[in-house]
Amino acid sequence: MPFIPNAESDRMAMLEAIGKKSIEALFADVPARKRFPKLKLPPALSEQEVLREIGAMAAKNRGADKVSWFLGAGIYNHFIPALVPALASRGEFLTAYTPYQPEVSQGTLQAIFEYQSMAARLFGVSVVNASHYDGATALAEAALMAWKLDEGRNKILLPEDLHPEYKAVLKTYFSSFKVEIVEYSGAPENAALDSGCACLIAGYPCFSGELYGLKAAAQRAHEAGALFIVHADPLMCAILESPGAQGADIVVAEGQSLGNAMNFGGPGLGMMGATEKLMRRMPGRIVGEAKDHDGRRGFVLTLTAREQHIRREKAVSNICSNQGLVMLQSCIYMAALGAGGMKQVASLCYDKAHYAASLINSLKGFKVKNRSFFKEFLVSTPIPAQVIVDRLAKRKIMPGLALSRYDSKKEKELLICVTEMNSKTEIDRLVAALKEAVL
Amino acid sequence: MNLSPEPLVFELSRPGLVGCSLPVSDVPAAQLPKDLVRSSIDLPELDELTVVRHFTRLSQKNYSIDTHFYPLGSCTMKYNPKANEAAAAESGWKNIHPLAGHSEAQGAIELIYRLQENLAEIGGFSSVSLQPAAGAHGELAGVLMIRDCLKARGQGQRTKMLIPDSAHGTNPASCTMAGFTTQTIPSGKDGNIDLKALEAALDDSVAGIMITNPNTLGLFERNITKIAAMVHEAGGLVYGDGANMNALTGVFQPGKSGIDVMHFNLHKTFSTPHGGGGPGAGMVAAVKELAPFLPGPIARKRSGKYELAMPEKSIGRLKAFYGNFGVLVRAYCYVRMQGAEGLRRIAENSVLNANYLRARLEKTYKLKYTRPCMHEFVAMGDVAPGIRTLDIAKRLIDYGFHPPTIYFPLIVPEALMIEPTETESKKTLDDFVEAMLSIAAEAKTTPELLHNAPTTTPVGRLDEVAAARSPVLCFRG
Repeated sequence: MPFIPNAESDRMAMLEAIGKKSIEALFADVPARKRFPKLKLPPALSEQEVLREIGAMAAKNRGADKVSWFLGAGIYNHFIPALVPALASRGEFLTAYTPYQPEVSQGTLQAIFEYQSMAARLFGVSVVNASHYDGATALAEAALMAWKLDEGRNKILLPEDLHPEYKAVLKTYFSSFKVEIVEYSGAPENAALDSGCACLIAGYPCFSGELYGLKAAAQRAHEAGALFIVHADPLMCAILESPGAQGADIVVAEGQSLGNAMNFGGPGLGMMGATEKLMRRMPGRIVGEAKDHDGRRGFVLTLTAREQHIRREKAVSNICSNQGLVMLQSCIYMAALGAGGMKQVASLCYDKAHYAASLINSLKGFKVKNRSFFKEFLVSTPIPAQVIVDRLAKRKIMPGLALSRYDSKKEKELLICVTEMNSKTEIDRLVAALKEAVL
Repeated sequence: MNLSPEPLVFELSRPGLVGCSLPVSDVPAAQLPKDLVRSSIDLPELDELTVVRHFTRLSQKNYSIDTHFYPLGSCTMKYNPKANEAAAAESGWKNIHPLAGHSEAQGAIELIYRLQENLAEIGGFSSVSLQPAAGAHGELAGVLMIRDCLKARGQGQRTKMLIPDSAHGTNPASCTMAGFTTQTIPSGKDGNIDLKALEAALDDSVAGIMITNPNTLGLFERNITKIAAMVHEAGGLVYGDGANMNALTGVFQPGKSGIDVMHFNLHKTFSTPHGGGGPGAGMVAAVKELAPFLPGPIARKRSGKYELAMPEKSIGRLKAFYGNFGVLVRAYCYVRMQGAEGLRRIAENSVLNANYLRARLEKTYKLKYTRPCMHEFVAMGDVAPGIRTLDIAKRLIDYGFHPPTIYFPLIVPEALMIEPTETESKKTLDDFVEAMLSIAAEAKTTPELLHNAPTTTPVGRLDEVAAARSPVLCFRG
């Protein structure tokens, strides 16, 4: 076993220093009847064998490396510049721990600070934390944070048009509390706000891709004394007005699209930002600037009085491990693309999606349902959408998500996503295939 | 270490630069919604080499397992095999979408299934869910399962969770998130749970107990089966915090010894990298009675095909999709390279290494509990008047070692919690001992070396109090 560096002679010398005759003797506290069970596991494989086995399993998947990909719905197929994984996989980043000892963790700490700074500008907020598990848990924790500000307010307004898995996560996170989760349909400013509402949640865009401006909703939420929480597409914020500038108190997002592979949906990046007023109520780790005794600039984990290792049962959240390395990838991605690159990628998505939508809308029996959208749009289909998905699979096209996966009543609805990865030729092929699929 | 100050990305910015070439559009431009157009975005603008040098230089300001011994107690900073990374880098994993149909994702679901089966066997449990993204997430899953199981038994009035005073802070925080109140159970003189105090706390409001075993003192809970029986007798359930499972792989199966539900930290015991804070994976395992309550979906095999499904009475989803899949690939790779014998060797060598360090250091650094430890032990840093554990920790950095976990567990004053793991050699441990002994000597002769440490790092001790008082959390240029 190459991961155990001690030879038998080392072990003997160590046992002697300890004053024990055998390694087994070190386990005397473990109940004898229960000690050293025989585990029924397959025999160990060498590195060569294990990589072959895992490679064979990976090859059974049919993903965006083999098929024209138009499926999004929360996880997106975007280009990842080569420098992103090359830098993030450096052992000094990859195998470092949480930066509790700042003097030997300045690399990780400065990168988090840079991520916080770039993400805060993207979202138009004052503070961003060092990550949550994914967009869904970031949203759930944001809603918990809003509710805990004033537990007298026990209603949460949620868009009907929110990712079904996000709704499910929110429900789990609130399942121990007497909180009413009320769904509204249409524009967020039309939600039934009253003085019992802790927060109004809006999608920017919604699950269906529908895009609403946020200013009116922010104003109405604030008049009712509720917080306004926005779940945003981070890439879209490079070309469209930030949620913060429109009045959002908390902005959450799934950051996978910023330089991270799809990976069967994980690890993702839960992004969360907020106004300065809410800074000390936020969950998660936060990095701040500090000075040493010589006045040199450095970075530290700060505002730790909010966290579980200090506050225990009174903590804002139980979160400890976060998605550090995924955050680092997104940090490098944003730094590499910068203002110009982020805008260009977002524009490519926008233009290609609108090109695809206009062609699909002209197909007999298909109709684009959105009034306004970014890179994803909902299409009503003449035959069940899942039938179309199955037919196009044979032509190596994944046309999108048949919404019947989540709701059997939505049998003829297909959610299509177009990104910078889809060429015009590929889009034209999709359109032709859709047309033929329903003949 | 790279000692030169590194500017922030914003300070390196030059107008008009882009660090990655992007395609030109091959479709007509579409009109943006007029009322929502963003006029400007103030992100840095850099060329590619500047980005590469910047992040390379930042990386050189870190200690890491690849570069330094990292004896952080309860964090299990073992070597992260490079094969794990190669396994996770397969394009078949990176390009598979979570909402691709089951037939498109057979390989991914198969891997989840196999890892579930392996981990269930290692822990001695009936079923496993790989959904939780971290240890604390697994804890939340576990306590929600206990809540629902008690409700199903008609025991919904049980809302008090017992937590030993040596527990990690996430335990009580997870209980609060699940609507439980907590009661602390003190440790006895031997560092284990005080059975009399436990007995007194066991009334009909008790939902259960959360036990970390070995506990954060590095001591095996000798009365584990008796404690489980007492809690079960009183109508409660037993949660196992698997943060310290590295001491027990192939040695002890918690699921066959009275633990009802438990999480493992795959980023500790199963060698997936910590990544400067994450991502981890906090799989949760359960005995038969609690298995229907597991978070989902979980993988199963039906007539030769793999599929994902929600357990019958699931507490629900804890995150979107199926857990930190990329981390699961790494853990699977590691488990397959070990087999049953390898897993036992992990525990044996981690416990041997810890006891060796304990034996070599105990004359100089006092121990509150002196019996043989498991994979870690807790010493005290007050080796000379005016010297605190923090000083020892910072001076260790000057000797080229990452400090142990300090000031935890809270029940040991000036705690230094040391976990060497099985992947460190006797030579490294001896070097560490020499450094610790030199520092103890310096503490008496030249204490200023400790008070001023570290001096070999890019920055010295930072003023954390000032940083928290008037926080600067973003670049303000």
